[in-house]
Amino acid sequence: MPPKRKNEIAISVEDVGMEVDVVSDSGSEDEARRRAKNRRVKPQRKAKRVSSDEEDEEDEAPRKRGRKKKAKPRDSDEDDEEDKRTKEESDEESEEDRGKTKKRGADEESLSEGEMAALKEQVEEKKKLIATLRNKPWRMKRRLVLLKEAQEFVETFEGALGKGKGRKLYAYKVMMAKKVIKFKRDFENFKTACIPWERKIKEVESHFGSSVASYFIFLRWMYGLNMVLFGLMFGLVVLPEILMGLPYGSIPRKTVPREEQDTAMDFSVLNDFGGYCKYSFLFYGYFNNERRIGLLQFRLPLSYLLVGVGIFGYSLMVVIRTMARNSNEGGDGAEEGEFTFSWKMFTSWDYLIGNPETADNKYASITTSFKESIVDEQENQKDENIHLRRFLRVLANFLITCSLGGSGYLIYFVVKRSQDFAKMEKENLSWLEKNEVEVVMSLLGLVCPPLFETIAELENYHPRIALKWQLGRIFALFLGNLYTFLFALFDEVNEKLETEKSIRNATIWALEQYYANYSSHFNTTDVPPPNVQPADVIRGPCWENAVGIGFVKLIVSDMQVTYLTILVGDFLRAVIVRFLNYCWCWDLEAGFPSYGEFDISGNVLGLIFNQGMIWMGAFYAPGLVGLNVLRLLSSMYYQCWAVMCCNVPHERVFKASRSNNFYMGLLLLVLFLSLLPVVYTIMTLSPSFDCGPFSGQEKMYDVVMETIEQDLPSFIANIFTYATNPGLIMPAVLLMVLALYYLNAVSKGYQQANIDLKRKMKMVSMSVLLHVPSFSNISRVQDQTNDCAVYSWTL
Amino acid sequence: MGTTASQLGKDMLSEYQELTFLTKQEILLAHKRFTELLTKDEKDLPNTRVSEERILTLPELKSNPFRKRICHVFSTSEYKDGSLTFEDFLDLLSAFSDSATLEIKSHYAFRIFDFDDDGTLDCGDLEKLVNCLTGETDDTRLTTEEMRQLISNILEESDIDKDGTVNLSEFQHVISRSPDFVSSFKIVL
Repeated sequence: MPPKRKNEIAISVEDVGMEVDVVSDSGSEDEARRRAKNRRVKPQRKAKRVSSDEEDEEDEAPRKRGRKKKAKPRDSDEDDEEDKRTKEESDEESEEDRGKTKKRGADEESLSEGEMAALKEQVEEKKKLIATLRNKPWRMKRRLVLLKEAQEFVETFEGALGKGKGRKLYAYKVMMAKKVIKFKRDFENFKTACIPWERKIKEVESHFGSSVASYFIFLRWMYGLNMVLFGLMFGLVVLPEILMGLPYGSIPRKTVPREEQDTAMDFSVLNDFGGYCKYSFLFYGYFNNERRIGLLQFRLPLSYLLVGVGIFGYSLMVVIRTMARNSNEGGDGAEEGEFTFSWKMFTSWDYLIGNPETADNKYASITTSFKESIVDEQENQKDENIHLRRFLRVLANFLITCSLGGSGYLIYFVVKRSQDFAKMEKENLSWLEKNEVEVVMSLLGLVCPPLFETIAELENYHPRIALKWQLGRIFALFLGNLYTFLFALFDEVNEKLETEKSIRNATIWALEQYYANYSSHFNTTDVPPPNVQPADVIRGPCWENAVGIGFVKLIVSDMQVTYLTILVGDFLRAVIVRFLNYCWCWDLEAGFPSYGEFDISGNVLGLIFNQGMIWMGAFYAPGLVGLNVLRLLSSMYYQCWAVMCCNVPHERVFKASRSNNFYMGLLLLVLFLSLLPVVYTIMTLSPSFDCGPFSGQEKMYDVVMETIEQDLPSFIANIFTYATNPGLIMPAVLLMVLALYYLNAVSKGYQQANIDLKRKMKMVSMSVLLHVPSFSNISRVQDQTNDCAVYSWTL
Repeated sequence: MGTTASQLGKDMLSEYQELTFLTKQEILLAHKRFTELLTKDEKDLPNTRVSEERILTLPELKSNPFRKRICHVFSTSEYKDGSLTFEDFLDLLSAFSDSATLEIKSHYAFRIFDFDDDGTLDCGDLEKLVNCLTGETDDTRLTTEEMRQLISNILEESDIDKDGTVNLSEFQHVISRSPDFVSSFKIVL
């Protein structure tokens, strides 16, 4: 059925906006108008009637441009119409237009139901045209003409449609729809205007290309994420405690103990986050365990727990949503080597480059990559000594594993030593001994990556594979360091728990003594609470505070080391190279030190791990998230300045686009790994008896159970009991596993179908080539799913 | 239909928003940058055309190896001299904007790469394309042998109907697979 097929093709071409006529659209207004009219009146999916064949002009005037659904007498008209694409038709159309406007008044009353429906369809179609106009590769003039005509049509006939029953409602609906569209557009504009640092990033992009700028875009995204986390933590936990809770000094946990009070304001103590810092809202220990506080009866312990867990939930949701969006944009995912040369040709230029020096670098790198790939293609596998290569690779891996193990042990050793130091008097320790842990961890993070790179030269991999190995190793390094730190910290926690037991027993014993003395002395059973100053009460060791302080110190020192590295490694180096160059034997700028390049992967990994530490520490130190927001803000300005001032564009400028999801994947992994310790501590360790919002409970999650039992209606408690029954959870887990398996199988099926279709397409094109000399009309219909792209070829 | 004086009318602004992928701020910025290119007396005329040399002084286009082709493709002038009106300029920015679809970008990329404007990319077009990409200087150019090898590799990959040229749909087929294309084919003022 040729006409019908043509219709479908016409539809899809319209949607896609390709020029069916090979003649490129330049040319006069008239021609444009004619073609515009032809395209405009082409049906989307339904038949179209030709005016001249109509007998009843009067009544059917509104119907002339109408769409009727597959009525039989129309088919012949369809054929005629499809074949007639001449000026005649367009002239008739324009006459018809004019005629219509004149007849409009007379015809409105005679609209019947069917005609109304037809008109409504037309109006909808015009609206769709308006929405897709920007996707057509036509000139602005032509599009403006079309837009005006379509808008006029919609306006005039929308009014006409409103006659009759429900007219007011219809008019109202139309007006609301218009307002909604305008509101949406304004909102989009507003959202784009709100995005910060757009100019800055654009400047970096034009100088360094899109790969360096992708780091700053990632940084900005992290900043947004942290702002939301900060809002949650601050608004739901810190503010209620400050506004509605007890003030400083009223209860023991909020007061600096008597023995520390003289040194509480010293800078060195504050720098270590002791003194007034420790007994402030920045840390876990400050929060009171009252079930409800203030006017609003705000349940602070419950809120603390829920926010602590909710931070992970929100971060997870955001990361996965971003990953999904990135993977959608990523094209249909051809295999790695399928279109190497074509992609190099057509997509290697970065149009954002606005700087001549960067452009020169880009030219050089493109040339090199062309030459390399030509050579790669020509030469076969070199008959190298495989055994030597394998031996070297094994040796390199062994060396690197040794260094990873060594760094892990070093951290463990240092943390253990710091626990011993903590027991000694503070004045006898040097600064180095006090901050040993952080210094060692930061130094390891600085020294090991270049070490890995040098060892990796033994392996002799292709640069892209070598980069992946390098990233994997740095990831393992950071992960190992972090987890060793955590394990060492847990040892400390367990020790503190032991001390706590004894102190708690001592406190209870002292209280009982007091009661016994009082009642025996005054001979009464109504004993008032002991009148002790909050600063003098015996305190437990409060292990959560120790953990929180550990994390805060780590992050602060990490930040200091990063900034210092940039200052020394980039800025000082640039200053030395620039100014010593005048009096040095060799050319410093071209030769040995020269200016630094921006280390994208190192910086991105640093950012990811910093975020991991924040996630781990936020539960024990609510102020940490605020600290991180400040850190990211200052980092953005500082690094933008440093990169524009001291760095040069990469010699090998490469794209970061495909690795975007790689870094998101790393972030997701780090999120899970930082979730584990927090959930473990919530579930297994018992909270301190005298500090924090969960003091007095057996386990931290008891708050939730308590709330369910006491505050919510009883049937909800029943629901929870049923829901947590293992007999229900096991089938649910089984169901999810089966669903995963099914989706995996479906995805494999789609991939196979895709391959088969590609093969068929090649065969079809070959056979077409044999039968037809030239070959011009093609179209493409894209499926909704991401995995399938269906191509159909026609004549 | 067109800009009058140095102010962009509100209805024109909303129509441009409807017809391009640009946001309101981007259109206003484009208008500002475009009027900076005009001389004093030209500013009062509606629908002025700006010559190619002046367009090419824009920093976003100055370092681009395809700048002349871009001007040529988006120009609606009868003399084919690459001059642009404000609406052509908006067309250009819309096609190169962040929210433009793959279809529009690949369509225009094809026309930019089609140096002889015959609707297909043949060996001559591809050769000129490679020379643009490798820069102007002699030491960065490829030798004839390398060029021949490169072009034959490209045709092997993308020319499905084996007619020795790459037409629009073959081009779009190759481009749609590339994950880098949409993000690199971008110009932002």
